[in-house]
Amino acid sequence: MNGLRKYVDKIKPTFEKGGKLSALGSTFEAFESFLFVPKRTTLRGSHVRDSVDLKRVIIIAMFALIPSILFGMYNIGYQHNLAIGGNMGFWPIVWYGFLKILPLYLVTYIVGLAIEFGSAQIQGHEVNEGFLFTGLIIPLIVPVTVPLWMLAIAVAFAVIIGKEVFGGTGMNIWNPALIARAFLFFSYPNQMSGDDVWVSLRKADVAIDGFSGATPLSQISGGLENVHYSVADMFFGFIPGSVGETSKLCILIGACILIYTGVASWKIMFSSCAGGLAIGALACALGVTDVPAYYHLLMGGFLFGSVFMATDPVTAAQTECGKWIYGFLIGAIAVVIRLFNPGYPEGMMLAILLMNTFAPLIDHCVVNKNIKKRLARAKTV
Amino acid sequence: MSQHIKLKKGLNIPIAGEAVKEVTKTVLPDVVFVKPTDFRGLVPKLVVKEGDRVLAGQPLFVDKARQEICFCAPCSGTVEAIVRGDKRKLLGVRVKADANCEYAQHQPLKVEAADAAKIKQALIERGLWPMIQQRPYGIVANPDATPKSIFVSAMATAPLAADLDFVLGSQVGYIQVAINALAKLTNGGIHLSLDAETFLGSDFHKLTNVIQHTFSGPHPAGNVGVQINHISPINKGETVWTVDLLSLATIGKCLKDGIYDVTRMVAVTGPAAVNPSYVKGIQGMPMSAFAEYVGEKINEDASGVRMISGNVLTGENVGADGFLGFFDNQVTLLSEGDYCEMFGWIKPFRVKKFSFSRTYWSRFCKSKKYNMDTNTNGGVRAFFVSDVYGKVLPMDIYPVYLFKACLAKDIEKMENLGIYEVVEEDVALCEYVCPSKIDIQSIISDGINLMLKEMA
Repeated sequence: MNGLRKYVDKIKPTFEKGGKLSALGSTFEAFESFLFVPKRTTLRGSHVRDSVDLKRVIIIAMFALIPSILFGMYNIGYQHNLAIGGNMGFWPIVWYGFLKILPLYLVTYIVGLAIEFGSAQIQGHEVNEGFLFTGLIIPLIVPVTVPLWMLAIAVAFAVIIGKEVFGGTGMNIWNPALIARAFLFFSYPNQMSGDDVWVSLRKADVAIDGFSGATPLSQISGGLENVHYSVADMFFGFIPGSVGETSKLCILIGACILIYTGVASWKIMFSSCAGGLAIGALACALGVTDVPAYYHLLMGGFLFGSVFMATDPVTAAQTECGKWIYGFLIGAIAVVIRLFNPGYPEGMMLAILLMNTFAPLIDHCVVNKNIKKRLARAKTV
Repeated sequence: MSQHIKLKKGLNIPIAGEAVKEVTKTVLPDVVFVKPTDFRGLVPKLVVKEGDRVLAGQPLFVDKARQEICFCAPCSGTVEAIVRGDKRKLLGVRVKADANCEYAQHQPLKVEAADAAKIKQALIERGLWPMIQQRPYGIVANPDATPKSIFVSAMATAPLAADLDFVLGSQVGYIQVAINALAKLTNGGIHLSLDAETFLGSDFHKLTNVIQHTFSGPHPAGNVGVQINHISPINKGETVWTVDLLSLATIGKCLKDGIYDVTRMVAVTGPAAVNPSYVKGIQGMPMSAFAEYVGEKINEDASGVRMISGNVLTGENVGADGFLGFFDNQVTLLSEGDYCEMFGWIKPFRVKKFSFSRTYWSRFCKSKKYNMDTNTNGGVRAFFVSDVYGKVLPMDIYPVYLFKACLAKDIEKMENLGIYEVVEEDVALCEYVCPSKIDIQSIISDGINLMLKEMA
């Protein structure tokens, strides 16, 4: 380790101002701070600082995604095996899934990080860690069959238009991963929805008779009796769907990690589920639908969105009171879209993006209440 | 109308190096230094020249805007140097101290018989006025104003702060004199806040002529700004005054005995302190007097030990050649953190590191004290986690919105969001916990300076 440190110290001047490669300063800084906690000390104000930083927060959030990634990998192979009616063993199934998911990650990270490093370099600031998490999440919310070039364009769009134009991590209005998904969804709807995109098949493979790659969400638009999957399958995740969203168990494990470490807000997760259940139950009671409310939590990306995407601290509501409203409305709007828009079975993405847009307004109202209270106090005295 | 106020938000930073309640050294410094920079917004005007002889309690410089307010020498001696910085800004006056301190003698004042004008005059003439601070802004109080009330905190919750009962318990008599005097300067009375857990055994519980409150909870429960926010928050157009206990003892002694005595017990603390304990010294004493307490740095690559006048949250890095601040009765010794730790952020355990967040394991070892250093533990980023600041600020304020209003220099917003109710020390913990490593105290400081400029 000492050797590495010495080497880094040796090459450092090359990248500093006036050095030969000073144009790559941000890139060097990013790698150096990846390897070592920088030796930067406090100059003003508090002389000691907490041990947590953005890197630590991001790494914990990434850690919480691991169960979903592992299961997603397995499920890709599992669905493939079902479709071809094969009898692959556990490891071949995992291997198949691994081979399918690897290119998605490679494309996402290469494109995304290249833009991040480039823009940090142009603006002359440090590389933000935010994309490490965004990049981990994007392949989990797309169908496994998405063409890689489309993914590349979507990632580029998300990073540039969704984030960098606003000033990078911390400044963006919408969740960048969802921007990528929305871009794909509206630009290439055929590759993003329907019954054929969720299960990966090789060129020579033919799906066996009677196999349907339809997700529970698309089945349910024809009524509850059309759903072929058991509640247990939907909970444990043996259903077609976007890579990471199928296993509710794995998402809940991730949720526990996020809630325990305080990296994501339990209030948003809770209120979002409450909002979904409330509208679902109301619709049931009014006879709009025969789908039980809890089905909405088990189908599609509702839970994944609530846990990993609605809680993005940058784009979510930031006041404690605002979080309750924000979360509740996400859940409620997602279920409303599901129930009343048959052409678009999954409402979570749009619900989160919509509420991302309105989160500052919610916060504004909450903060204004505080301001009014302060003004009222001044008047009564 | 005394009340008990329970605060939950906040954090007692578990830093090692608490001072043992024992005086291990008495210092008679050969030189002292008085800094106008200890006062926000003060433009000083010198009234001495190099070579002048001064007694303890004689003015060295005055406030240029209100020239009756003077700042005095802590001990007798000869003015050795007038230290100036860029643009000839006065940084301080260095006084070579006599071996035996001679005090400027004042008439003892009969506080009971004196009226407000007479007390004000005595406080100003004897150089005691700068000890009275005004909120909003945390500046020297305006003698022409009548404050809504006066607040005193008898709770020291800052990291490793000197134990007030130990340092000032014997001076309750003087503090009472000062309270009786100050009580005549306001119609709203003097609010004294005590620690809910220990107040019954505390000497300060015996103080009369005050409205006592008890507070419980972690730091910043002992900050007077937080207490004001819960007892009677400051509104636009109002002013309140605050005085710390140490200053009250000085004021009381000067009114009663007629001498300006700023000797004090200084807590020598911090993880890099050997034998952390108390030193009997004086305001403005040199840090070199604490050299024997400086211990080892944390890592062989670190550049040394930082000497802070004050506590780790709000103190000033004065360096080994520096001097103790006007209001400080604590010195913190902290190892510099300029060394590299490989893969620090990704290591799962890092049990030597403390974090307020639960992203580390430190919450499992609650009684552990940590050997902290000055490393920022990460690079500067934009605000991205916004709910952490509120957890350490027990006030009815939305911190991030206030910080952003300060950054945007939006006076109206700052006013609406509560700039009048805070000074730097109140948001110091926000700065400590900030995962984006933003210098929040500087933001608030710039905000307050802007308000002072605009409101003048």
